[in-house]
Amino acid sequence: MSEEKDRMVEIGTPFDPQSAILAPGYTYASITDKISALVLTRRTPRGWFFGFTMAFLLLLLLLFTAAYLLATGVGIWGVTVPVGWGFDIINFVWWIGIGHAGTLISAILLLLRQRWRTSINRFAEAMTLFAVACAGLYPLLHMGRPWLFYWLLPYPNTMGTWPQPRSPLVWDVFAITTYATVSFLFWFIGLIPDLATLRDRARRRLWRILYGFLAMGWRGSARHWARYEMAYLLLAGLATPLVVSVHTVVSFDFAISIIPGWHATIFPPYFVAGAIYSGFAMVMTLAIPLRKFYELEDLITMKHLDNMAKIMLATGLLVGYGYLMEAFMAWYSGNPYERYMILNRLRGPYAPIYWALLVCNVGVLQALWSARVRRSVRALFAIALLVNVGMWLERFVIVVTSLHRDFLPSSWGMYRPTVFDWTMFLGSIGLFLTLLFLFIRLLPVISIFEMRALLPEVAPASGKGTTRPAEAPTLS
Amino acid sequence: MAERTDIYGLLAEFNAPEKVLAAAQRAYAEGYRRMDAYTPFPVEGLAEALGFHRTRLPILVLLGGLFGGALGYALLYYAEVIDYPLIVGGKPFHSWPAFIPIVFETTIFFAALSAVLGMLALNGLPMPYHPVFNVPRFALASRDRFFLLIEARDPKFDREATRRFLEALGADGVWEVEP
Repeated sequence: MSEEKDRMVEIGTPFDPQSAILAPGYTYASITDKISALVLTRRTPRGWFFGFTMAFLLLLLLLFTAAYLLATGVGIWGVTVPVGWGFDIINFVWWIGIGHAGTLISAILLLLRQRWRTSINRFAEAMTLFAVACAGLYPLLHMGRPWLFYWLLPYPNTMGTWPQPRSPLVWDVFAITTYATVSFLFWFIGLIPDLATLRDRARRRLWRILYGFLAMGWRGSARHWARYEMAYLLLAGLATPLVVSVHTVVSFDFAISIIPGWHATIFPPYFVAGAIYSGFAMVMTLAIPLRKFYELEDLITMKHLDNMAKIMLATGLLVGYGYLMEAFMAWYSGNPYERYMILNRLRGPYAPIYWALLVCNVGVLQALWSARVRRSVRALFAIALLVNVGMWLERFVIVVTSLHRDFLPSSWGMYRPTVFDWTMFLGSIGLFLTLLFLFIRLLPVISIFEMRALLPEVAPASGKGTTRPAEAPTLS
Repeated sequence: MAERTDIYGLLAEFNAPEKVLAAAQRAYAEGYRRMDAYTPFPVEGLAEALGFHRTRLPILVLLGGLFGGALGYALLYYAEVIDYPLIVGGKPFHSWPAFIPIVFETTIFFAALSAVLGMLALNGLPMPYHPVFNVPRFALASRDRFFLLIEARDPKFDREATRRFLEALGADGVWEVEP
């Protein structure tokens, strides 16, 4: 009955750090204690305070910029005719793209029975929520009068008007709202059994009450688990088409228009691939420091990084195909405006940005073909950072180069971001990181109950994706 | 300790998922029906062993999705055809292809909401009080221990006989649950 009597996991094959999704030697109890200790008992590391302070300072920068923006107007940004969409839409698309990995990992990889998703899904989902929060900020603030944001929603009003559903911008409102809600539900549902664990293990009364309140009286009843698993599976099935639809709708914001470079049928798949690409790059960017500073290398193993690198490689190649097709269609369509758009990207005033994006998103990516690179944590971290940058540059190129020189040379112009564009962007990174630091401190970053089910004694013998044969459990 | 007659049931503790599963099957075969098992993660076959076979959740989710889709379409039809007809880009008022993205999103929205709320409602959550939490060892149900509860309401329940039965199943301990 004591801790010593916990059954130890018998290890069938020698531990291979390159291919195992969980280090050996864990029991139900020890894995529970390890993950819950990050929240409950371990002293908050000094690095956490440092990181949180930095992130919070950036958040203050966002609050300052937003306050100045509300007091003055969007004129403090660099957007003007002909480039009416600048950093606001670039950052919106960038953040929404990042927000795609979480639900993809949770939903699609669940349906595909990729068991390695278990140790990264929780914080990837949290990352998704926070990225969507950052994304939502931009269109709202870009409206000029954000306090009237509810005009976007369909409700009977005294003006006798309704939102115009033939416009993709209204589709966006529905897509983003639904995505934020479903992502939140998915994340919260996954947290309930772990909140119950924290409730049962918290020593201080206040935390017991708080976690207990959120756990809603979860007690792990077999009947509850049956319905819970059904609900989780159904949510995954619903979230899968939703993930694909959200960035499709975002791409419609561009593709439905007739601007050269935007009016292309390849946009939806190209945007979805780009979203998954940037999302996995961000998961990698966050997972690598997280596993190092919190000593989670046993749980987030090299196998996870390797798999994520492979997904990045696949989606990055799809994105590269998108770039190629944009250029090909500009030539093949024979449309002079399309043709000029590509030449302007290659040689115009924003050409360095276009070349930089090709280097980051397509060039550097090729290193991931090498297994040696995929085994190097530093290389993966560097590549993931470059992909984050590259995907941001991609959105810059899409938004700005198409708008700044379209049909009439007399209406050409240049877009130059102001200091407030930059403070807003840095500030949104601050918001993202602040929320992430709070999440790491207050909630389990790895799904505890799913990790328990990963232990070899419960793993089904035929479980694909397990790296060790499931041994018959031994009793000590 | 004074003998109490009003208990909620007997709670048996096990240290492995196979054991609680076998115990649940034996108890069911013995004729016990009002029982439940508590585990730190879903154990395959355990709910079935307790006599739980189907959940109505999928049909709820289907209905939620259909409701959401119908609501979305009705909203757009009313707004764009009846209440506020506006010619945009020469398209007809009832330009259904443009309605599809929003109808899709409202379908998913309501289906997902009914999955979550339906699961919580069918499970009777949130539940602020439940007798099993009166057993101090029950805190381990969310860590590494597996529990089988036979309720006193069960017609076959007998305080002594049931206790002996549970102990014979290989339980590490059997506790009386205060109501």
